[in-house]
Amino acid sequence: MRKNLDIISAYSIMLGLIILVGFLQSWSMALSILCLCLISAVMTMGANIQWGYAGLINFGIMGYTALGGLAAVLVSVPPVREAWQVGGFNIILCAFLIAFMVFSIRFIMKKYNQSKKRSYGIASIIIVGLILLRLISAPAIESIESVSPATTGFLGGMGLPILFSWIAGAFFAGALAYIIGKIALGLRADYLAIATLLISEIVISVIKHEDWLARGVKNVIGLKRPVPYEVDLQSKEWFINLVEKFNQSALNLISNTLERQEVVKQLVIESSTVFVKLCFAGLFTVVVIILLIITQKALYSPWGRMMRAIRDNEEAANAMGKNVVKQHLLIFVLGSAIVGIAGAMMVTYDGLFTPGSYRPMRYTFLIWVMVIVGGSGNNFGAILGGFAVWFLWVEAAPIALFLVNFFTSGLEETNAFRVHLVNSIPYFRFLMMGTGLLLIMRYRPKGILPEKIKHI
Amino acid sequence: MDFLNAIVLLLNYLFVPALSYGSQLALGAIFVSLIYGILRFAYFTAGDLMSFGTMFTILFTWYFQSLGINLGILPTALLAIPFGIIITILYVLIKDKLVFSYYRTQKSPPVTLAMVSIGTMFVTQAIVRIVIGPFDRRFFDGEKFILKANEFKEMTGLNEGLTIKSTQVITLFITIIVVSILFWFLNKTKTGKSMRAYSDNEDLALLSGIDPKKVVMITWLIAAILATIGGALYGLDKSFKPFTYFNNMLPIFAAAIVGGIGNPFGAFLGGYVIAFSEILLTYAYKKFFVYLLPESLEPDGLLQLLSTDYKFAVSFSILVIVLLFRPSGIFKGKVL
Repeated sequence: MRKNLDIISAYSIMLGLIILVGFLQSWSMALSILCLCLISAVMTMGANIQWGYAGLINFGIMGYTALGGLAAVLVSVPPVREAWQVGGFNIILCAFLIAFMVFSIRFIMKKYNQSKKRSYGIASIIIVGLILLRLISAPAIESIESVSPATTGFLGGMGLPILFSWIAGAFFAGALAYIIGKIALGLRADYLAIATLLISEIVISVIKHEDWLARGVKNVIGLKRPVPYEVDLQSKEWFINLVEKFNQSALNLISNTLERQEVVKQLVIESSTVFVKLCFAGLFTVVVIILLIITQKALYSPWGRMMRAIRDNEEAANAMGKNVVKQHLLIFVLGSAIVGIAGAMMVTYDGLFTPGSYRPMRYTFLIWVMVIVGGSGNNFGAILGGFAVWFLWVEAAPIALFLVNFFTSGLEETNAFRVHLVNSIPYFRFLMMGTGLLLIMRYRPKGILPEKIKHI
Repeated sequence: MDFLNAIVLLLNYLFVPALSYGSQLALGAIFVSLIYGILRFAYFTAGDLMSFGTMFTILFTWYFQSLGINLGILPTALLAIPFGIIITILYVLIKDKLVFSYYRTQKSPPVTLAMVSIGTMFVTQAIVRIVIGPFDRRFFDGEKFILKANEFKEMTGLNEGLTIKSTQVITLFITIIVVSILFWFLNKTKTGKSMRAYSDNEDLALLSGIDPKKVVMITWLIAAILATIGGALYGLDKSFKPFTYFNNMLPIFAAAIVGGIGNPFGAFLGGYVIAFSEILLTYAYKKFFVYLLPESLEPDGLLQLLSTDYKFAVSFSILVIVLLFRPSGIFKGKVL
């Protein structure tokens, strides 16, 4: 108990802050902060596995998040039969062609030694393959995109419950991470950072502009939810009874039946959004706890010790017979898969997929701030970082407004300088994030909850 | 005649824009490369430092315009650039003193410094957005075109026009001057040589009495100068928007790495490699071949290798390919 005092106190402060938001602003707001905090926590756990356990820098978090989101669309949206009829065959043909290209290149790589002939052979396979792909896919894509472009215009998904996409998202992101890891993991730390950052940009631009896949920048809206809808709840008998029960004392004060009905109606509408968000928060908490248990177990297992050994001294670990390259690839895939889950969770929560909203500032750098601030190498720290930074990110505007008003209270309301500052309040959050990161890196470089290693 | 038309077409849509865009990237890539060579970390604030310098250039431009000062046919911004540079220099020196110098004395690993530069990136971005706002700003004044399409058509009697914007010429002109002064400085002067020595082998350089503080300070000076000039030229040519500048960080990094990071001359060429490949691969060649080929062979499609949506993706793919096959960059040569 004493040992974990810092963790417990840090978490109670965090929860206290969220509850404070509930009292000061609104419960709906507090719960949506909590939901996004939980999603951020999943993301930071993924990044923390890579950075904290293995010392790998992955600036491609945005790409995996987007792939997780894509998984949510491809799993939950019902298939567009018409689009499959007009273009499905060609698209499947393209998939086979790509698989054939990959296998033939691998076969050549294995069978022949490195030579000029081999390089030319591979290059010609790639070029011929790309031309064929273009020829086969172009008419299919055009016809798919012309199937009622205002609503569909894409192949659609599998029509399964959206919860499956959380697993599918992990697989998608893991597969991408496998490819990237194969390409880029040999690079030095800062090169790896830049390479992954740029590759994630490529992923985003593909998702944005391949409309047949997920409508691109036209967005997919109205994804199915795993929890009830507010409108349905408001007409359900048991829910109205529940709300009445909760507000018994307040309702008893109102004697007028008509007025009472009006108040109940208002309360039901308000509590339906709270209830939906509570359901989401419950689902997300389950995910966070499962991941936390798994990662904690892994951290203190022989495998976790090996990862730390690799992180702290790669050559020594290599000399002890540990396969550094393989383990790096494994942890890169695992961490990215967790980020993919978070991406799918986020799209599930929003109910829509907007490729245009994936920006490196929000989805890569902010997550890194969370990991560094929270404490790399410590799962509790990473989760706390996700909570604290997201909380600050959302609440920065009210805090900044308060500060601006406080410091310019000597000036008149219409003072140009004051008006300018008030108008630029949204951007103070960048300032807070930046100074927060700099201060933590300077005075507490291991984060709020530093890594603790049990020595047996 | 058709042949000439085709050439002019390529000049107009490919060569001239790529040349000016490449110069703007090259200026950024050189300073990223210098910082990587001498301070030894990936400087993620690059794009935002450019927007910081450009912002002050714009503010001074507005100030001069309100005073009624202008340069006639040249944009007023040219007069404002030196003042923007001074403020940017002050900013980077303060930043170095407050933030980076601590990690240098601690001998922190490059990764820590890169993280710290992400912190300064957030702060710089906030400053720019608080001071000037996130919106699109144009601050160009003076004569817009040197050569208009119509004038060119009349002059030569060709079907295709060639447009040359004055900003493109200014960009090229200033880039040539700045880059030649820089390379003269690095290769001929004693300070420049000491910088190269420091970059090659820090310990040896310290042993031979090179003052590391001076080297670091001059690196930041050069970075501030190049960032402001590059940013201001980009803003004059296109427009100033903080978000675009942040995004420009990515092709700039691509240029610096493709050219061999830590090698300013490679970075300079890398800028053009990135710019030309972006534009060459996303240009629709239909019209070009319509001029060249006989009518019976005229192409149906647009003959575009990649849609323009993938402009950024092109430069990043080049980067990935280079990293795979030549991790030290195309123009390896000597370091710095």
